[in-house]
Amino acid sequence: MSYLDYSVKRAPTGLRKFLHMNWALALLLGTIGSIGVLMLYSVAGGDFSTWAEPQMERLIIGLVAMILMGLIPIWFWRNMAGLAYGGTFILLVGVELFGTVGMGAQRWIELGPLRLQPSELMKIALAMMLAAYYDWLDPKKVSRPLWVLAPLLMILLPVSLVLRQPDLGTSLMLLGGGAAIMLVAGVHWAYFAAVLAMIGGAVSSVFIARGTPWQFLQDYQYRRIDTFLDPSADPLGAGYHINQAKIAIGSGGWAGKGFMEGTQSRLNFLPEKHTDFIFNILAEEFGFVGGVSLLMLYALVIIFCIWTAIQARDRFASLVVIGISAAFFFYFAVNLAMVMGIAPVVGKPLPLVSYGGSAMLVVLMGFGIVQSAHVHRLR
Amino acid sequence: MKRRARENDEAARKVTRRALFLGGCQAAFIAVLGARLRYLQVDQAEQFKLLAEENRISIRLIPPARGQIFDRKGVLIAGNEQNYRVTITREGAGDVETVLRRLSEGIPLSEEDIQKTIRETRRRSAFVPHIVAERLTWEQLSWVSVNAPALPGVTPEVGLSRTYPLDEDFAHAVGYVGPVSENDLAQLESPDPVLQIPKFQIGKIGVERRLEDALRGKAGSRRIEVNAAGRVMRELDRREGVEGADIVLTLDAQIQNYARIRMEEHSGSAVLMDVRNGDVVALTSAPSFDPNLFVRGISNPDFRRLMDNDHRPLSNKSVQGAYPPGSTFKMVTALAALEAGVITANTTVYCPGYYEAGGRRFHCWKRAGHGSCDLTKGLAESCDVYYYDISQRVGIDAIAAMAERLGLGVRHDLPMSAISEGLNPNRAWKQEKRGQEWRIGDTINASIGQGYVLSTPLQLAVMTARLSTGRAIEPRLVHSIGGVEQPVAEAPPLGLTPDHLRNVQRGMWAVLNQRTGTGWSSRSEDKAMLIAGKSGTAQVRNISAAERARGVIRNDQLPWNRRDHGLFVAYAPSDNPRYACSVVLEHGGGGGVAAPMARDILLFALSGGIPPLSAYPQNQRGRIESHQQSLPLRAPETFSGTRPTRA
Repeated sequence: MSYLDYSVKRAPTGLRKFLHMNWALALLLGTIGSIGVLMLYSVAGGDFSTWAEPQMERLIIGLVAMILMGLIPIWFWRNMAGLAYGGTFILLVGVELFGTVGMGAQRWIELGPLRLQPSELMKIALAMMLAAYYDWLDPKKVSRPLWVLAPLLMILLPVSLVLRQPDLGTSLMLLGGGAAIMLVAGVHWAYFAAVLAMIGGAVSSVFIARGTPWQFLQDYQYRRIDTFLDPSADPLGAGYHINQAKIAIGSGGWAGKGFMEGTQSRLNFLPEKHTDFIFNILAEEFGFVGGVSLLMLYALVIIFCIWTAIQARDRFASLVVIGISAAFFFYFAVNLAMVMGIAPVVGKPLPLVSYGGSAMLVVLMGFGIVQSAHVHRLR
Repeated sequence: MKRRARENDEAARKVTRRALFLGGCQAAFIAVLGARLRYLQVDQAEQFKLLAEENRISIRLIPPARGQIFDRKGVLIAGNEQNYRVTITREGAGDVETVLRRLSEGIPLSEEDIQKTIRETRRRSAFVPHIVAERLTWEQLSWVSVNAPALPGVTPEVGLSRTYPLDEDFAHAVGYVGPVSENDLAQLESPDPVLQIPKFQIGKIGVERRLEDALRGKAGSRRIEVNAAGRVMRELDRREGVEGADIVLTLDAQIQNYARIRMEEHSGSAVLMDVRNGDVVALTSAPSFDPNLFVRGISNPDFRRLMDNDHRPLSNKSVQGAYPPGSTFKMVTALAALEAGVITANTTVYCPGYYEAGGRRFHCWKRAGHGSCDLTKGLAESCDVYYYDISQRVGIDAIAAMAERLGLGVRHDLPMSAISEGLNPNRAWKQEKRGQEWRIGDTINASIGQGYVLSTPLQLAVMTARLSTGRAIEPRLVHSIGGVEQPVAEAPPLGLTPDHLRNVQRGMWAVLNQRTGTGWSSRSEDKAMLIAGKSGTAQVRNISAAERARGVIRNDQLPWNRRDHGLFVAYAPSDNPRYACSVVLEHGGGGGVAAPMARDILLFALSGGIPPLSAYPQNQRGRIESHQQSLPLRAPETFSGTRPTRA
């Protein structure tokens, strides 16, 4: 299908696009972002300017950017897919060569005042690329081995680069987002079964290879897995963070200790509390009620996205929304599982809530494409 | 186009199906997260709440003020002084070295101190205060306060530290405190957590150690909130502790001071007891030392000087030193014989200057002999042969039993460290300890307090007190603890025949008040303060027959540590006893030096100050007056202090 196939007449134009925007989704994202701002205010001990203020500015900029991107026709994004993917890939290579080392990993590239994290951008670019690929591909051919191999390469090339940074969390998100698109695009179940079997094999080989010169993961990643499996074995060492994180959540109880009353955070028992472990502060201060509420908001975001994907007549639109929402899902699911102590600490922040400018902008840009798909769903 | 559309419809339906499936998986995982959240926050909430509290709340102890020690009149013996000190935190100071250099302009800090403090502060957390200097004067502390703006991170503080204002006087009786050592902790079954406080002081010897539990008090506690790094955020609540109990001793500081000064350069001990109730009024061991040195942490040269001194200043000779009592033991032998009925007061023994038994010849101290001796003469002139003879009649076991009755060879439990039991030898003891038969010669030696007999100065004082009253006086050192008077039961009678006791007392009176008595020159002439007593000389070497033939070398020609011990026991007034005193001088060259000391201490106690010259024999007064003036006693005002009531 080319963009000529779209019925231009039935797509909203001009200011009418605003009426077709998914305002509920925008409100949802704004709410989640505001919760983040509130928690950052609490983490800073009642100081607005440290984290909350810049976060709020970026939230507003991001939401505006999202809406502006939603006004752009969806086929523009499809046409941009190859360029976006190629450009981001080059940036990823650039990080590999010139990137800044932060927190023990190469993740950023500095372009003047802008600190770019190409691996974040790649989540969107990859979704666009795969969606465009399946839009182009005859649906009957999707399960043929050669046509499966091509998207697999599109996924694995950036994944391998991100793994080298090393950034396990983002790699997982890229894999997850890519796999979600392939699944919804209709690739045969057998492939997924085979991949799951292979992952099982790979995990065991990762552990078997440990200690040999060709081990797959970095030592610190192995240690994180160890501590995850038994945090109490080293309560003051590497397991300290997980234990303190669980204490923060658990001690919040049903209704929490109250806003700015969280002892675990106020007394610095929590590590990385304004980034990775911000959910623990929410759970400590607002309890089970607060924690489940945030979880519900995230679930609603996913439901809205899937609804948009199903509604969209355009195959690219459906698939890109699925890819972006799946990446978003993996983003918060990995973080929440990690801070609740059911997944190893991989060092991923909570999207829209954790402090961090580049991550928030990229996430909201992704939702800009989702909005575009929604506006141009061509009913 | 139609087929295409159908295919597209089919593909779209597939997208819908698969998207719903994917959404289902995602929802399932969110449900898992929700369940996990429920598990942590609802099911396990109580446990985690507890853990969070443990995290944040820490309990700090407030050290209690140590109980003070007073003499019987309320003079402070051991108190707590304010210890002005200066602490620094790395966090507050920023550049520790610059601040310390500035600080050294106002308080004495050596280069070494500065380097040490810098090292210490680097080693610990930035906010932990480190003590820079202690025991500053008020002026120095004020200087620090005034210059506070230029000294960031520096805090002037006030702590409590033990102080002994009468320094050397009570070093042995009261002991001293020092920082808690590993050794101290190891000796306690369940050490009070307060002992873990840095620089906390614990009693090391003497009363300070034995009454540690009462003196220490109970620590208070503060519940504080700490952050992950251990820094104190705020105080949640505070429970005040209980201050240590004040202790009033039976000792009299003024008499104690006199007794110690009167010992002069000698090595030995003097014990003064109130015979009416057993109160130990003075208990000195000479030479003494300044216990404040130990509180502050004694320097190596100072400690070496104390250790290397052959007069053993650190030893508490009054209860730890066991000496042959010599002739002061003769009352025991005499009483044993009287009570056994083998002699009467009028029984006479002829002394030719020696006594032969078991094929050996035992000499009297007077080579020419005393001639015919009865009990009074035997005591007054201290005739050895008299006791050699009567000891053969009564036997060692009766003598040992009488010694025990009079308080020798018994551990009198005063709150002091390493109290010696002394020794009353008998047949069973020798068989058991030495595996040897008791011999005649052993009895003969024991009868004059030589051989195996060992007694401490305290025991000799107890013996004298019992002889003077006929009651089983027990020594008592603690008058009250925390205002609660320690019970003092009236001492039960010893069960001696009053006549026998009176005869022995007459003999002791004759020692000082008969011209022929060995203590004649040490008599008192004040009718109200007449003294009865007994001299003693304990040989520390054997005199061989050959040596005796050549003529015994006089004591002052011997090296110090081979000279005889000099002893004297006495009580006064002789007609209505009030005080009993024992003086033991190591290698003090016989009773001739000890006797005037015992007299002076008794007279001092009875007259409540420097004894009037009228109490002394006419011909001694001039010498004694100048001697009295030469004694470096403390000013009498020192002892006018009354015990302050504590808030």
